[in-house]
Amino acid sequence: MSNAKVNSYKTGPDDDGHFGIYGGRYVAETLMPLILEVQKAYDSIKNDADFWAEFDRLSREYVGRPSPLYFAEATTEHLADDDAGTGAKVYFKRDELNHTGAHKINNCLGQILLAKKMGKKRIIAETGAGQHGVATATVCALFDMPCTVFMGATDVERQKPNVFRMKLLGADIQAVTSGAATLKDAMNEALRYWVSNVHDTFYIIGTAAGPHPYPAMVRDFQSVIGTELREQMMEREGRLPDSLVACIGGGSNAIGLFHPFLDDPDVKMIGVEAGGHGVDTVDQHAASLTGGKPGVLHGNRTYLLQDADGQIIEGHSISAGLDYPGIGPEHSWLHDIGRVDYVSVTDDEALDAFQMCAKLEGIIPALEPSHAFAHVMKMAPTLPKDHILVMNLCGRGDKDIFTVADKLGVSL
Amino acid sequence: MNRLEQCFTALKKDGRKGLVTFLTAGDPDLQTSQTILNALPQNGADVIEIGMPFSDPMADGPAIQQANIRALDAGTTLENVLEMVKSFRVNDTKTPLVLMGYYNPIYNYGTERFIAKAAEYGVDGLIIVDLPPEEDSELREPASANGMNVIRLLTPTTDADRITTVLSGSSGFLYYVSIAGVTGTASADMDHLAPHLDMIRSQTDLPIAIGFGIKTPADVKKMAQYGDAVVVGSAIVNNIGKTATSEKTTDDVLAQVRDLAAALK
Repeated sequence: MSNAKVNSYKTGPDDDGHFGIYGGRYVAETLMPLILEVQKAYDSIKNDADFWAEFDRLSREYVGRPSPLYFAEATTEHLADDDAGTGAKVYFKRDELNHTGAHKINNCLGQILLAKKMGKKRIIAETGAGQHGVATATVCALFDMPCTVFMGATDVERQKPNVFRMKLLGADIQAVTSGAATLKDAMNEALRYWVSNVHDTFYIIGTAAGPHPYPAMVRDFQSVIGTELREQMMEREGRLPDSLVACIGGGSNAIGLFHPFLDDPDVKMIGVEAGGHGVDTVDQHAASLTGGKPGVLHGNRTYLLQDADGQIIEGHSISAGLDYPGIGPEHSWLHDIGRVDYVSVTDDEALDAFQMCAKLEGIIPALEPSHAFAHVMKMAPTLPKDHILVMNLCGRGDKDIFTVADKLGVSL
Repeated sequence: MNRLEQCFTALKKDGRKGLVTFLTAGDPDLQTSQTILNALPQNGADVIEIGMPFSDPMADGPAIQQANIRALDAGTTLENVLEMVKSFRVNDTKTPLVLMGYYNPIYNYGTERFIAKAAEYGVDGLIIVDLPPEEDSELREPASANGMNVIRLLTPTTDADRITTVLSGSSGFLYYVSIAGVTGTASADMDHLAPHLDMIRSQTDLPIAIGFGIKTPADVKKMAQYGDAVVVGSAIVNNIGKTATSEKTTDDVLAQVRDLAAALK
């Protein structure tokens, strides 16, 4: 066996879905046979050329891939420190240009193709901000499969445009009133529904978390982001980037960007968590790695926001898509071994970044990648001119204009 | 022989089926649930399951979700749950106690520390809903070293291959989840249940308790034909949630338990 293989960061998870101590399959026994069935089906398509040909075709024709690699010249100039002669060269990976406006569709496409292959008749999904719900409802419309989306009642109220979009696409929206009626409760309810309808239902989980094989499967479908970037950057600059920056809620856009580069030691990676009102507050942030500790929830062991007695804390972020008390297990592992750096950005910093990106680049980013952009604004000025930095612009901000207007005291 | 083994051996000897009752610790408050717990054996419970409250009870239906919320709102901690057991054991050294819940609070407390304390205070078994056999060794090994059983679940979705996996390392009794669903909802598909249980029995001598969706004395009587014991949870918990004062709650719940137990006489 070669050393490169032994030292690879890309061999995980193990057969039982573990990345170090993280991951696994922490689900009720009723779901275990189904989880094993999903795993078996997923293993069977990993090297199935027909499956991937269909995935590639739809990615190209329906989603609009590859997403462009864009040199953000105005940002680069704005963030340059002319006195010091520094300032990184900033690129955006434009996943906000995908059909439905975010990276979420990459994963939904892969999972619904798998569901079809497994002969499943119905699709369920959970959603917080509604982006994953919209992406799921979209692929369900495309494949003519009934779709039920579980969404916290609080979020249904906060995200009316996305609720309407999902309905237009033919999805049934189940408003979840249990718990705090937000994303984690929607996921609890989706799992409860799945337990009760195991025979014909496929659960499209929206992030690289949940029981094995979901974290690996979602990562693999999202890795199209990093794989494309690698090729585009070689073409554009003739070399690999120096830094990759992505926001993290559950972590699917970040793992999709990072994973193809994990074994390139010169590529530095930074995951940006939602710092809300500050990670030093008890429950006013959603930074699981920075402010949480390892635990077990929603099928996997991972860093979680929890109180002293092991009860899960809701968390807070201005961005409904980052507002989740957990994080994908592979990120927990990459954090512990130090391969990826994880930092946090507050609501206010993200809000400033949102406006800055709109003005500088003529791109209204979603509040999620606004967190990544806020960190780019912090790090780029001190880096040398020849430092190539790529940020994943994983979603567009149309959905967020109401939240932002509200924060800025503007009534629409 | 531990208390669970003694209990099922005695039931068998008497030719009787056991009643397993469930309540969530600290629901609606610690004092009331302690009072109910202490009185359950004399009102007909053969085995008692105590729910450890959790913020995200994914395998539970609305009744037990509400019980968890009531208990957490009352400030119940894992330490309180263990103290309840200790207090119960002052006057009852015979009735088996099984703690049921989710893994995170235990992991957060420290699994070995939790097991040591639970064993010392008189817990006989653990049912951890989100720890399937693939993940339960970190709990099962220290539990077993402390003479405690980790009870595994079998469900209508457990096929022949999986039965072998679940049985390997099982102890105490088997918990048969009679429906593919969450607690307290639908009723079992009887056409599936009997042959499935026959298949399981052909591979194990462990006693089988049947639970989920069993609400009334009539349900208890029906399900007792197929199992060594029947579990009633949501129906009791609903009753606890329904009444306003502590005394009335206690009286109502104990009367309900007597009715359920009478169905097994």
